[in-house]
Amino acid sequence: MKYKIKILRQKSRKETPYWQSFSLETQLENATAATALSLLNSMDPLTDTDGNISDKIIWECSCLQKKCGACAMLINGRPGLACSVRLSELKGGEITLQPLKKFPVIADLMVDRGILSENLKTINAWLSSDAFASESKNDILYESSRCLQCGCCLEICPNFDPDGHFFGMASMVPAARLLEELPEKEKTELKKQYRRHIFGGCGKSLSCRHICPAGIDIEELLVNSNAIAVWKRFLGRKI
Amino acid sequence: MSMINIIGAGLAGLSAAITAAESGRKCRLISVLPSERAQSVMAEGGINAALDTMGENDTPQEHFNDTMKGGVYLADPNAVWGLCSHAPETVRWLCSIGAPLYMKGKDPVLRNFGGQKKKRTAYAKSSTGKILMNAMIDQARKYEAEGLIERYPHHEFSCLVMNEGVCVGVDVIDIYTHQRISLDGCVILASGGMNSLFPGLTTGTTVNTGDVTAAVFFQGAELANLEFIQYHPTTISIPQKRCLISEAARGEGGRLYIEKDGKPWYFMEEKYPELGNLMPRDVVSREMEIVRRDDKCGDRVYLDMTGISEFCWKNKLSDLRQECIDFLGLDPVKEPIEVSPGIHYFMGGICVDEHHRTNIRGLYAAGECACQYHGANRLGGNSMLGAIYGGKTAAKEAAVLADDAEYDAKQVKRMENEEQNGDSFVAEQDYSINRYSAEVLKQALGIFRNEQGLNDALKEIDSRLSGNSLTKKQYRRLLLAKAVLLSALERKESRGAHTREDYPDRNDSEFQKTTIAVFDGKEIKISMRDIPVKRGNDNEI
Repeated sequence: MKYKIKILRQKSRKETPYWQSFSLETQLENATAATALSLLNSMDPLTDTDGNISDKIIWECSCLQKKCGACAMLINGRPGLACSVRLSELKGGEITLQPLKKFPVIADLMVDRGILSENLKTINAWLSSDAFASESKNDILYESSRCLQCGCCLEICPNFDPDGHFFGMASMVPAARLLEELPEKEKTELKKQYRRHIFGGCGKSLSCRHICPAGIDIEELLVNSNAIAVWKRFLGRKI
Repeated sequence: MSMINIIGAGLAGLSAAITAAESGRKCRLISVLPSERAQSVMAEGGINAALDTMGENDTPQEHFNDTMKGGVYLADPNAVWGLCSHAPETVRWLCSIGAPLYMKGKDPVLRNFGGQKKKRTAYAKSSTGKILMNAMIDQARKYEAEGLIERYPHHEFSCLVMNEGVCVGVDVIDIYTHQRISLDGCVILASGGMNSLFPGLTTGTTVNTGDVTAAVFFQGAELANLEFIQYHPTTISIPQKRCLISEAARGEGGRLYIEKDGKPWYFMEEKYPELGNLMPRDVVSREMEIVRRDDKCGDRVYLDMTGISEFCWKNKLSDLRQECIDFLGLDPVKEPIEVSPGIHYFMGGICVDEHHRTNIRGLYAAGECACQYHGANRLGGNSMLGAIYGGKTAAKEAAVLADDAEYDAKQVKRMENEEQNGDSFVAEQDYSINRYSAEVLKQALGIFRNEQGLNDALKEIDSRLSGNSLTKKQYRRLLLAKAVLLSALERKESRGAHTREDYPDRNDSEFQKTTIAVFDGKEIKISMRDIPVKRGNDNEI
């Protein structure tokens, strides 16, 4: 199969981005966008469709099997993991790869997603004492442990702005486990932060649910966490 | 008080950092990518501990016995006793920090795993690494907020800073800015296995290259047992790599077979009636190769999971099923899948003692980059345990040195590091050098090896090393590859994951020893070192 891969490139934070196209031929039936990037980078020299010799394409990858979230990018405009999007399934004769737009670009397809961990720090996303949760909640705890911190949910979210107060589902999903596991007396701060940075800003478009590469049941976690952090307190009883 | 620098933010690195922070000590956690991208998140089947929650009267002594036997008696018995005797408290600790293992009441449910007769493996479906990492990342975050753990999450190891033969710091490169940063203090390496020697052929990540191991080897750190490379029996081919089908599939009832005389032959069950499909990985992989070479058999081995119950698929293996559907387009509930052995783990690595000290004062290693606990073959379920317990042990030991006034004084007098021109980071494996070395190494270091093949590979690597167009990183990778080949040549016996066609028998009198590789600046020297003698169990470390 022959593919035309068009990549939005940027040498560094300060330089202007530009489009560059490459031709790729591969016999691999299951080739993904990550395969394409690796094959292009293995060319010596890497030459674009105009015959220009090019620098290697900078991108992040690690597990190459949907478990680590490193290779998140925009593939034909849709956020996803490069390792899980097959070239043969993409429509149109041209495949575009762009860095995620809501994070600062370091170079080419590599972005700085440091805000994800900073936001988790801001909402106190940790256990201050031993975990306390009933066996019946195991599915919730497991599901909320699966977040890749890839950033795809924030990229698609109409409400998330990196400079705003709303931290999005990349904070909600990890918080869902902690809201269950923290002893009641120690939930106060996390619940407060949850209301401010998650519940308060979520427009419930749930675009994140469709885009999450890990297929996390975000809606169920959101419902569960909203109950703990928001509305059950109005009932005036312990949960 | 000196700082502790931890290289690598997977299970071993996180464990070291949390341990240091728990005692109020400051440390730096340095990694190329954030913890969420570490290879540890890929670990699947579970973590071993003789918790005895399944009514089988399991004990740490039996865990010890199985680990030593699985490793064909090449591991340090005192270190293994420390690992196994502390395993129950390690898993209980993981529960206490909120890792949602599969529980019944307050007890983890345990599953069967290879090389062990009793149920001893705690798990969360087949995503155990991910859920353990998630809980440990949260735990580390608490200490980050307190200022005890300082993250360097996009920083690559460059070299150790040495002063009079002692490690007094580390130079790292900020991948975002390309700036070199020099950090004082002792160093714990937790940088993972040596995947870059076999690009595209391992189940691991592209980031665990082994470049840190290669760099410290170049600087004088001893490496051990490099010839022991684990081929996991059940892997599948996906773009750019091998993908693991967890041993949990067999632990829950999956069966291996090959076509023989037109019928499925469940060869493991016939050859090994007691443990069957759950023999240690070295045995299963070797048997798969043997039956594939049998003229009466087909050339493909299948894993039949169609007999696994619906309950089990839903509650224990749903993620594994999804993986097969995603990557193979096959539903393992309905049909067997073709599997073959793939490189999964490096038992060898940086040589450490039971306290995780290397031969260089001020330098420690834990996790897969270190050679500890697993001997000639690692048991499934012991890698995450070894990483967590090893990281903890290393951090405790490093803390003792960090308080040493004489060591602290060396920081002040630290010499200017000569090693200034490290190679710049490339955000994936450098295939230009490794395609070549991988082909050579793959041929020589398969499940079956022989002197001719190893020597042929050695010649190729030597000729490559004598070239003058190599970057520093490429040169060191080749040097590491050479050390692996020399170690494999020196071990003239068959044991665990090292099967020599020309020396098919185990030879305890000459080779029940640790293979040591050291680079003296000019050449690699290989020697055999005695394994420590087991102390009584009362002298627990």
